[in-house]
Amino acid sequence: MLKQLQELGHKGTLVIEAMGRAAILLLNSIMWGGPGSAGFKDLVKQIYSVGVQSLIIIVVAGFFVGMVLGLQGYSILVDFGSEAALGVMVSLTLLRELGPVVTALLFAGRAGSALTAEIGLMKATEQLSAMEMMGVDPLKRVVTPRLWAGIISMPILAILFSLVGIWGGAFVAIDLVGIDDGAYWGNMQAAVEYYDDVIKGVFKSLVFGVVVTWIAVYQGYSAVPTSEGISKATTQTVVISSLAVLGLDFVLTAMMLGGL
Amino acid sequence: MKTRFIEMSVGAFMVLGIVAMVTMALRVSGLSGDTFAETYTVKAYFENLGGLTERAKVSLAGVNIGRVKRIYLDKDRYSAVVEMEINKNIDNLSTDSSAAIMTAGILGEKYIAISVGGEEEFLQNDDWIDDTQSAVILEELIGRFLYNMSNSND
Repeated sequence: MLKQLQELGHKGTLVIEAMGRAAILLLNSIMWGGPGSAGFKDLVKQIYSVGVQSLIIIVVAGFFVGMVLGLQGYSILVDFGSEAALGVMVSLTLLRELGPVVTALLFAGRAGSALTAEIGLMKATEQLSAMEMMGVDPLKRVVTPRLWAGIISMPILAILFSLVGIWGGAFVAIDLVGIDDGAYWGNMQAAVEYYDDVIKGVFKSLVFGVVVTWIAVYQGYSAVPTSEGISKATTQTVVISSLAVLGLDFVLTAMMLGGL
Repeated sequence: MKTRFIEMSVGAFMVLGIVAMVTMALRVSGLSGDTFAETYTVKAYFENLGGLTERAKVSLAGVNIGRVKRIYLDKDRYSAVVEMEINKNIDNLSTDSSAAIMTAGILGEKYIAISVGGEEEFLQNDDWIDDTQSAVILEELIGRFLYNMSNSND
């Protein structure tokens, strides 16, 4: 009984310790500069591997999500005779919720896991230690550009997801089920507010970008430097960041709808 | 060559993001129709707003010509004051124009519909519209209907 209590306490302190380490990692790597710090070129390279290479999965997923929303929304709305509101429904669903959230989940699977594996492997092959020996701070050299690449890429990916999704919905609504295209776009333009819907959605994805990349680089940086440890860290990245995104999404939505 | 390709695709990625934001503004949220370059303000008293909000549309013949700028209560008259900003191009609203609060569809948003009168003079900045018609409150309507029903039964 006491032993189990002790185990629980041990696990609790481990979690708190990990959170503290993650916070220190973020503090030390968020700023540029210092010996051997990464430059603008490294950031561009990381945006390429984190953002540009995620583009295809985001665009394809966005298009299909939009088309499914169009079909499902139509079959629900047509019962109430209000299928003209389909554009409003598709665009608000994508801009407020599905765009930021699904992008963050896909991003965690596509880019987050790759970041963790890359940094973990650098640690396992002692490249990080080698940098320290040379007086180069591996946080500034390796972590900072990856962190910023994630933070910059996520909002762009999310807004593209929503945009493509809205066009996917338009394709289904106008060309497949035959809703008047004036009703689709006109009602959408009347209902969607630029600040309340678009900007708040972008803000959400910005927060998700910070969280997912932060978890990914932390998991890589603190991975046990063995092949088993790296595979475990990669899995952890996807699991923890997915849960964090979904949990945070509730908090953010509650704050935004509460008028904050 | 490889770096050149990477840098170019990152640049294209950034441009794509900006284009997406602009498209969102113009095509999806219809921001261009929201902002009028120059406006003048017209005020009106209403007995009951019935859910009219700030930034609601002001329309003439169904065309959007302005927005509700501010709503506040006139304490002395116990009625609501609505300040509307009207597109400067629409400078020929006669002084005896009337304003009514309408609903788009059965359960849609509230907006103000202006109908023009026959007067020769036109509304200027900070003028008042005297002839106003409050929002139709569904509960009042049903109440009146039921009252009439019970009266006709007697």
